[in-house]
Amino acid sequence: MAEASVQQAHVHAPPESFIRKNVFSLDHKTIGKQYYGLALVAVFTGMALSWLMRFHLAWPNAKIAGLELLSKAGAPGGVITPEYYLSLLTMHGTLMVFFVLTNAPFAGFGNYFLPIQIGAEDMAFPRFNMMSFWVTFVAFLVLFTAFFIPDGPPTSGWTAYAPLSAVGSDAGPGLGWGQNLWAISISLFCIGQLLGSLNFISTTLDLRAKGMTLMRMPICTWAWFITSCIGLLAFAVLLPACLLLILDRMAGTSFFIPAGLVLSDRLQNHAGGSPLLWQHLFWFFGHPEVYIAILPAMGIVSHVLITSMRKPLLSAKVIIYSMMSIGFLSWMVWGHHMFVSGMNPFSSLLFSFPTLTITIPATIMTLIWLGSLYGANLQITSASLFALGFVSMFVSGGVSGFFLAQPSIDIYLHATYFVVGHFHMVMGVAAIFGILSGTYFWFPKMSGRMMNETLGKLHFWITFVGTYCIFMPFHYLGMAGNVRRYSSFVDDFMAPLLPLHKFITIAALITGAGQFIFLYNLIHSRFRGKPAPQNPWNGTSLEWSIPSPPPWNNFGGKHPVVYHDSYQYGLKGSKGDYVMQDSPEQIVTE
Amino acid sequence: MTMSTTTFPPAPAQAPPLPPEGNAIRVSVMAKSRPPDASRSGIWVAIFAITMSFAAFTSALFVRQGSGDWTHLVVPPLLYVNTAVLLMSSFTLEMSHRVIARGLAGEASALRSSLRWVFVTLALGLTFVAGQYLAWRKLAAQGLYLATNPNSSFFYVFTGMHALHVLGGITALVYVIRRLTGSRDVFRRSTFDSTAIYWHFMGGLWLYLLFVIRMRL
Repeated sequence: MAEASVQQAHVHAPPESFIRKNVFSLDHKTIGKQYYGLALVAVFTGMALSWLMRFHLAWPNAKIAGLELLSKAGAPGGVITPEYYLSLLTMHGTLMVFFVLTNAPFAGFGNYFLPIQIGAEDMAFPRFNMMSFWVTFVAFLVLFTAFFIPDGPPTSGWTAYAPLSAVGSDAGPGLGWGQNLWAISISLFCIGQLLGSLNFISTTLDLRAKGMTLMRMPICTWAWFITSCIGLLAFAVLLPACLLLILDRMAGTSFFIPAGLVLSDRLQNHAGGSPLLWQHLFWFFGHPEVYIAILPAMGIVSHVLITSMRKPLLSAKVIIYSMMSIGFLSWMVWGHHMFVSGMNPFSSLLFSFPTLTITIPATIMTLIWLGSLYGANLQITSASLFALGFVSMFVSGGVSGFFLAQPSIDIYLHATYFVVGHFHMVMGVAAIFGILSGTYFWFPKMSGRMMNETLGKLHFWITFVGTYCIFMPFHYLGMAGNVRRYSSFVDDFMAPLLPLHKFITIAALITGAGQFIFLYNLIHSRFRGKPAPQNPWNGTSLEWSIPSPPPWNNFGGKHPVVYHDSYQYGLKGSKGDYVMQDSPEQIVTE
Repeated sequence: MTMSTTTFPPAPAQAPPLPPEGNAIRVSVMAKSRPPDASRSGIWVAIFAITMSFAAFTSALFVRQGSGDWTHLVVPPLLYVNTAVLLMSSFTLEMSHRVIARGLAGEASALRSSLRWVFVTLALGLTFVAGQYLAWRKLAAQGLYLATNPNSSFFYVFTGMHALHVLGGITALVYVIRRLTGSRDVFRRSTFDSTAIYWHFMGGLWLYLLFVIRMRL
């Protein structure tokens, strides 16, 4: 009786009402799509902000029609003020890093596909999962509100360096309630991600189908699992940091604010705080955050490349071990963001070594991708093109990391566009390429319809060429000494660089416009696309063993049994050149 | 290069596992089910994250301590009483833990006893939080508020964050009580186990914080 009652406790029925099905849904697939949708809103907002910034950088005195309506003080007569430029920069960074690069590849795709790929019906804690999204959604609304308050959005950057972020409205526009909203939003975001990570870890450990050993999990499942381990610890550090920041701002404490600060002719009533403490806490989260963005993309890209190559990678295991070592090393390198902070130079040296070491697993992975491509009969689809684009961006952006990892070189380059170019390519655009690759690959499964491949390829070439045109010149600007975070470069030694800025801006406008092709493709295909078969790419993992889109309980109440490793390609199987993970056929090597 | 071929194994192939049987269960095909153990790993993962958070607070303390304005704070003796209360509550929850299995198996007296001990635990937990609140009042009476000096700031942050987590544990205890007193058909043993693990962790965490407060603040 006791056993029976235990069983009954774990059964919950399908939802009936519209709200339960589509809004406050417990279904991991709906939650995954909600995360993806939120990321979509955030990415187009963030992109619009970058357009405004780029336009202002190229034509500092040109008026932008309608901008005055958004902020009278920030853009009087439609011309962006230096302070408002910083506001746009802060919101761009915060939206992109938190609400796009964390939400889409990790929370979005991870939520949708992790349970399916391990043969589970749902996440371990569906209620926490729903809470995780809705807390994140509120975090987004709180941040977004900053655009519409009199104070305006904060100006302290996505890194919110103290004491600027900690002292309050005396420090300038956006640093009163704007910064409060930022701190509250990011605290909420941390809670959402902690709940999400908890779910991912428990689900992976406990809910794997029969036969699904850890090493049989697809590479992207591994990537989400490792990412959730990183996220669990990283957001557990950012949350306390944000709480201390809120206390400094609202309760008069002095965790981050030193003595003797005079702002707006007022001596600040704080003493003894350490601005470096914020940087340490922030970057202890911040560097692992880079891997929270990039690891899922690495997983997605490996998954897509293998399926498109129709053969396994040289070594999937080495990819998994490399991701693990990247995850491990990510905790030892945060100080490389602080070479110019006034930290002890010996510390810089200590942070430099693991930073250079982390390039080893990254290089191993790149070599495995490239080496596996050798001799492969790669099927060129939008998904595989974006996967190749990811590898390209990751290499191009990663190479500049070798320079920046060395304190002596970083001191010259740190406050310049070189760093902006580096991180946009290696974690920003590369992760976006991973997301796009995943979108073209999994859209048929998620919606039951195919995306338009011609538009997809057009979208790829515009994006691929466009992002190189935008971010490669950043490196030259940096080497020429073009400082970052300035709103214009008209009256000083940087004026000769203005033509390059104009080129970049035009490239950014075109590349950004190209993204609307993707948006159109996404929406149009959702309603008018060709119906998708169950397994359009002849994949082997469990998501392809169920209908497109999957039923509410994924496997129709059956419990899948897994017989094989995740990538059995290049064989003579009963269905073609592959054997699915849940197929009981035996593989005989001759 | 070796070429692999596939063959199907001779019948009977491994049959897919059947859904759990039992006349008290009505598992419809359109229902989701999950094994009862997920919350057990979940609670350890949560404990890991909470530990990390308090490690972050502690490292903030070590960095902040380096500034010139670090002072000394006399710990209110009430804190030791509160510590005893919290440790005792761990003991009482274990008393409940010992008989819960028999209680769930249908032994009415064991269930009553188990429930009684959970109530005692809940009372002790609430007493602890109230005691912490009194300790804050005592500090405030000395003119030591959140922003008075770095030591008092950290004191309030440590005790406040811990109390918040204890309140989470109290919510879990209330949930357990509701489940035990209500229809037991939906009581999950792992819920009780996870609550107990969390509750003991709160005791351990408090001992650590008390040590830090005593030695560093």
